[in-house]
Amino acid sequence: MSTGYEVVVGLEVHAELKTQTKIFCSCSTAFGAEPNRQTCPICSGFPGMLPVLNRHVVELAIRAGLALNCEIPPMCKFDRKNYFYPDLPHGYQVSQFDFPVCKRGYVDIDVKGQKKRVGVTRAHMEEDAGKLVHQGDITTTPFSLVDLNRSGMPLLEIVSEPDMRSAQEARAYLEKLRSMLLFAGVSDCKMQEGSLRCDANVSVRPFGQQEYGTRCEIKNLNSFRALERAIEYEAKRHMEALEDGIEIIQETRTWDEEKQVTRSMRSKEEAHDYRYFPEPDLPPLFISREWVDEVRAALPEMPEQAQQRLAEVYGLPDYDAAFLTLTPETLDFFDRCMQDYPDAKTISNWMMGEFSRLLNQNNLEIGDSRLTPDHLVQMLRLVDDGTISGKMAKTVFEEMFNSGQKPQEVIKEKGLVQISDADTLQPLIEDIVKANPKVVEDYKSGKGKAMGFFVGQIMKATKGQANPALVNELLKKTLDDI
Amino acid sequence: MELHELTVHELQELLAGGKTSSEEIVKSLLARIDAVEGEVKSFITLTGEQALDKARRVDAKGNYQGIAGIPMGLKDNICTRGIKTTCGSRMLADFVPPYESTVSSRLDQHDSILMGKLNMDEFAMGSSTENSAFFPTRNPWDLTKVPGGSSGGSAAAVAAGQIPFSLGSDTGGSIRQPAAYCGVVGMKPTYGRVSRWGVVAYASSLDQVGVLSKDVRDNAMIMQIIAGHDPLDSNCVSLAVPDYTAGLDGSVKGMRIAYPREYFGAGVDESIRVLIMQALKKYEELGAIVEEVSLPHSEYALPAYYLVGPAEASANLACFDGVRFGYRDQTAENVVDMFSLTRAHGFGDEVKRRIMLGTYALSSGYYDAYYLKALKVRRLIAEDFAKVFNDYDIIAAPTTPTTAFALGEQSGDLLTIYMNDILTVPVNMAGLPGMSIPCGFAGGLPVGMQIIGKAFDEATIYKAAYAFEQNTDFHTIKPQLGVK
Repeated sequence: MSTGYEVVVGLEVHAELKTQTKIFCSCSTAFGAEPNRQTCPICSGFPGMLPVLNRHVVELAIRAGLALNCEIPPMCKFDRKNYFYPDLPHGYQVSQFDFPVCKRGYVDIDVKGQKKRVGVTRAHMEEDAGKLVHQGDITTTPFSLVDLNRSGMPLLEIVSEPDMRSAQEARAYLEKLRSMLLFAGVSDCKMQEGSLRCDANVSVRPFGQQEYGTRCEIKNLNSFRALERAIEYEAKRHMEALEDGIEIIQETRTWDEEKQVTRSMRSKEEAHDYRYFPEPDLPPLFISREWVDEVRAALPEMPEQAQQRLAEVYGLPDYDAAFLTLTPETLDFFDRCMQDYPDAKTISNWMMGEFSRLLNQNNLEIGDSRLTPDHLVQMLRLVDDGTISGKMAKTVFEEMFNSGQKPQEVIKEKGLVQISDADTLQPLIEDIVKANPKVVEDYKSGKGKAMGFFVGQIMKATKGQANPALVNELLKKTLDDI
Repeated sequence: MELHELTVHELQELLAGGKTSSEEIVKSLLARIDAVEGEVKSFITLTGEQALDKARRVDAKGNYQGIAGIPMGLKDNICTRGIKTTCGSRMLADFVPPYESTVSSRLDQHDSILMGKLNMDEFAMGSSTENSAFFPTRNPWDLTKVPGGSSGGSAAAVAAGQIPFSLGSDTGGSIRQPAAYCGVVGMKPTYGRVSRWGVVAYASSLDQVGVLSKDVRDNAMIMQIIAGHDPLDSNCVSLAVPDYTAGLDGSVKGMRIAYPREYFGAGVDESIRVLIMQALKKYEELGAIVEEVSLPHSEYALPAYYLVGPAEASANLACFDGVRFGYRDQTAENVVDMFSLTRAHGFGDEVKRRIMLGTYALSSGYYDAYYLKALKVRRLIAEDFAKVFNDYDIIAAPTTPTTAFALGEQSGDLLTIYMNDILTVPVNMAGLPGMSIPCGFAGGLPVGMQIIGKAFDEATIYKAAYAFEQNTDFHTIKPQLGVK
């Protein structure tokens, strides 16, 4: 990529708030229902229907705001954002324009040891729209179907300052933001299910220039990877255009996952005039300081506090602590292991290594895994007492991960028990030594390879179950006694 | 007296005394409707069969409390489950709501009987009922005149003796103006006093449902039932509803009544001015203190209203896109055309005009100059009223500058049409309760006196209105209909 340019990124993140019912009606928010089964005249925009604000949505918004170090102003209000689209039943979206529920917060990120504070401009509550189902491509579909299950789902839109300077920083911000929202318990933040969505505003400017370059907004970023790739692509596009003297046009673009490029959706001229005005069906919302204090007091441990705890209590390195606090489930798994097992670093290594590898390979979250902290601890004890070797442990772990069995069960089923009994091994060693007088001679004459040959033969004879340390010890004694 | 000539409380006495049955009343009213509906045309939908069924059920119960067994009609923007609710529009010509408004369900719970849905200007936009997509309603006092609007059907039906009372809605005068034109009593309560749940919105921050009736006592009785907190309307307050009929003692002794000079200026017919001044004299005779005051920002209320109302309407009417309910254009080949053609054919001219006006007022670059300025004017108007109410109990004024005009007379002359609302709009902008009661006749047509009260003080308005009514006989004079 060309040098001499600085990338500037700001993110708009939509997090679906984890409530039982929608923001303005009592329809269920459960994921995956049949189309239009979770709808009513209110969220379908029927005439004469009125919104009633779900108090739990406000509470989760306050909680998210506090988690993101935001101010919660004493008053906020709702506004109507007007545009026509078949998935928008009222012809307007109820959102918050000039008085959002949260203002001026921040998220601290760490990219390869470089710490940085990213500003959160605001966070506001709004309702989601429904969705359209096309027959194939939107441009050629003969008709489209409307599913309003999602209409009226509560969202928190979190707008960052343009504080990020690379795709990696943007990714780190989104990952950290996600972990904060997860720890606060306000959202499931599942990007695949759409409960966490992200748009990126990207521009570039020559290093040292004060003014921002012309920005483009990129939509349809459905994974951390897509976010990173899209920003990299877009920044490169801008830099090349500037190098070639081509003007960047302010526009909305979409990320084409298949082709790995951004494509123009609409220019600034085609942009909607949303005609925001105060939502007359909802009075301004006054949030008492007592309520804010109550929510603050009930706020659970946040990722940063947890990281500090892991470093202080267990002496874990920053890298481990950051990994273990990515999601509450990860931290919970670690904490539960620590109740029964003293070696934090060993647990952390297993979690960052094998466990993480298997989760990624199977596209699973830690919460979906059948492996329990108890199983891991039992397995480590079996390593410690010599029942299985470190190498066997990897096999046992993978099997526990796949089947959800206890380590003892896996070991029994696979016949993985380590032979640590001298009385069993000694006759075997003696047989092998007797059968290879030539190699004994080599040993006596000081050839190092001879020892290795015998160990190999013994391991083969025991199908790798012999305790290697004990084999070495007994073998040496047998050979030396000849 | 025929049953159709009686008031709600007179019918209630007959029912309670075993002198008649609900079925008899409904039959009598159906006969009356049959006789005069061809001339008046106040109903979009008649529900005679259902009404008879329900009357028989109420009679079987035999418990004639309050409005039990007493018929009524609803403006056709008040949603009724299973019964067509058209808003006077092609857009909803066949729309049957799967839900019931709070106001109609309260009347239903009190065993009042729905006779039908009443004609109105399309989506409550208009002052003559000529903007109904179906047909205009005629004024029972003179069939060549309009009944006013937008609740023209609600006023005409009561005046014509088709029903003893009705509900209407009032955004800029839509209950009071037709009540004045048709010589009935019409109350628009304080904003937030009555639930808007299930009432199709025109301008959400101004709309209120209210009662049209033959006399003040009936009006107070019905308001008692429909007023009060509803968790389904976030702007509907949880204040207790006082007993409105308790204060109906005919006394206004010591009551302080203000009349604003701005409401008697140019544009107000001399005959109307004289009638209101005579009414004020009557109040003085009854012991009230009557003084002139000023509401200096009154002249800005109408232009501000025509920004705030249409701005809200432009969003409220965006749901009529042909996607989920109501009229849909079948010729469009893509979704944008479907929206455009549905709205082009489904809405009438006045509705489209107000949508465009409101869209413009909210547009980027114009918002501050129009919508925001209108909100500031709205606050000044509210402050004008608040100052006067520091020293006075009620304000009295004409309801309209003229009496009912001829059908077709004002078509095309928008400014003249909009001027009909000049004396009623400020009350909506301030969110206050306002009532129109009959106070005489000019050229054979009824004239209404408007009584404006403090926020949530409908009781004082009823008290003052009742005292005037009991000391005059304007409310007893009926139009001559069906006499061929």
